[in-house]
Amino acid sequence: MDTFLHRIKPYIISIAAVLMVSMLCYAFSDQITYRVVALILLLTISVIGMFYYIYPVILAVILSALIWNYFFIPPLFELGIHDAEDILLVLSYFFIALLNVVLTFKIRQTERKTREKFENDKSVKLYNTIFNSLSHELKTPLATIIGSTDTLKENIDRLSREKQLELIDEIDIATLRLNRQLNNILNMSRLSSNLLKPQLDWCDMNELVNNTTEKIFLPYKQTLVYEENENLPYFKLDAGFMELILTNLLINSIQYTSDNSTIVIEIEHEEESCVVRVKDNGEGIPKDELAFIFDKFYRGPSVKSGGSGLGLSIVKGYTEAQNGSVKVENNIPAGLVFTIQIPCETTYINQLKNE
Amino acid sequence: MNKPTILVIDDEPQIRKLLEITLESNDYNVILAENGTSGIKATALNNPDLILLDLDLPDKNGHEVLSELRQWHNKSIIILSVINNENDIVHALDNGATDYINKPFRSAELLARIRLAIKSNNTSSNNQIITIGDLEIDLAAMTLKKNNELLKLTSTEYNLLTLFVKYEGRTLTHQFILKEIWGIPYQTETQYLRVFVGNLRKKIEDNPNQPKHLITVSGIGYRLQ
Repeated sequence: MDTFLHRIKPYIISIAAVLMVSMLCYAFSDQITYRVVALILLLTISVIGMFYYIYPVILAVILSALIWNYFFIPPLFELGIHDAEDILLVLSYFFIALLNVVLTFKIRQTERKTREKFENDKSVKLYNTIFNSLSHELKTPLATIIGSTDTLKENIDRLSREKQLELIDEIDIATLRLNRQLNNILNMSRLSSNLLKPQLDWCDMNELVNNTTEKIFLPYKQTLVYEENENLPYFKLDAGFMELILTNLLINSIQYTSDNSTIVIEIEHEEESCVVRVKDNGEGIPKDELAFIFDKFYRGPSVKSGGSGLGLSIVKGYTEAQNGSVKVENNIPAGLVFTIQIPCETTYINQLKNE
Repeated sequence: MNKPTILVIDDEPQIRKLLEITLESNDYNVILAENGTSGIKATALNNPDLILLDLDLPDKNGHEVLSELRQWHNKSIIILSVINNENDIVHALDNGATDYINKPFRSAELLARIRLAIKSNNTSSNNQIITIGDLEIDLAAMTLKKNNELLKLTSTEYNLLTLFVKYEGRTLTHQFILKEIWGIPYQTETQYLRVFVGNLRKKIEDNPNQPKHLITVSGIGYRLQ
């Protein structure tokens, strides 16, 4: 029923518009000639043509021509026309109105085609980016593993023990990287499945941050700083989501800053929300690129190897899955500040004095 | 002393091979089974000190194997699985799994947890004084010493500690702990548990924010080691 109403709505509005304009013209028919009425009706048709598809507009053309003929062109109240000039006028009215409709229709069709092509190009480009990024990120560590294993197998007698250990280390790093990328892909597809429901439970964020920073399986040289905030309540959040968000923010900062940088984590209770800030004093990125940083497969200009372009979109996705928001700004004097704000219940039961 | 025996139930030959080499080189007897049925049979025949059980088995679900084994086998069982969701983990632990380790795993971590799990086979003995690192718990006198210094605990903290001691090396779920200490109606009140664990940590840990004894298993529960 709703779709039926939806489908006939353009017809009803077109008819109503023609009828209303005609009645107005009729009311003032002693002040305007019927030739001016034709112009006004044409204008009405053009306006309708701007909004609706071709069929309701054609209906409006026919209806307006009949009304004009019947109520305005002498002899009044009959469809016959005696004046040769009037016959010509009615014919050109029809012709102009139809031309109007067809042209509008064609313009819109071209517009739609251009838009479709644009969208199509965009998704082809995104697909290519995904494809290139993923195959690079998965195949590079695989190549390292296969190559190192081959060398170890075939040259085991000729390689010094040191070299052997070096190759084993390379295999180790490659597998960790492979594992991280695979987890990224799995987490991303979990997000896009829309089946993700946060399992809320009380979180001790001090504990969670300590736990997360200890578990980062990525060799790094930067200084990671977290000063526990003793005044924090417990937040009702999904602990797994929060770990994932924090891990990805930290890995991002580690990948995009130089070895001597400092990365600072802060947790605050602000405006009934849990606020997580990750600040670095690295190179930062240009202001006009900040807007794209959370986009899937966006990769900053100063990336070292190992980024899939998925980390920050995972941060955004898992934050939004908890109704939170993400923000990135330039840090002063240098670097970036990521702010995650998630509204949630809190309890200060942990701040009560021990009995 | 005899070498402890470990039974590996896993359908992937590569994982079996890897575990066989890793465990044998660390002085364990290793028995391999490639599906649930042969795993159950091998348990009955060998009474292993520890079972490493995969959840995705060709003939039956690992959860079923666990339940079946738990009807007559009470030594440690560690789940070793690629499945990494809280529901499966909590379900396995509440069904009697000693611990839950995700694939891929690091050998050092696996070996440490295996040692803990094998140790937990014996903790239900009549020992009155239990030593865990720098901690000494006297169950009869109801006292706790850290580095030979007597610590004062509230009764709830003490109950919590004895529960952990009783299941030393096992991962206990939030629900299980809440039920044991406060009773069934409190099973979802995890905030109290967090407060008491926090207080207990302040007393037994050198650095309560980086605990070495009372470990958090994120989203699941705690483990004393």
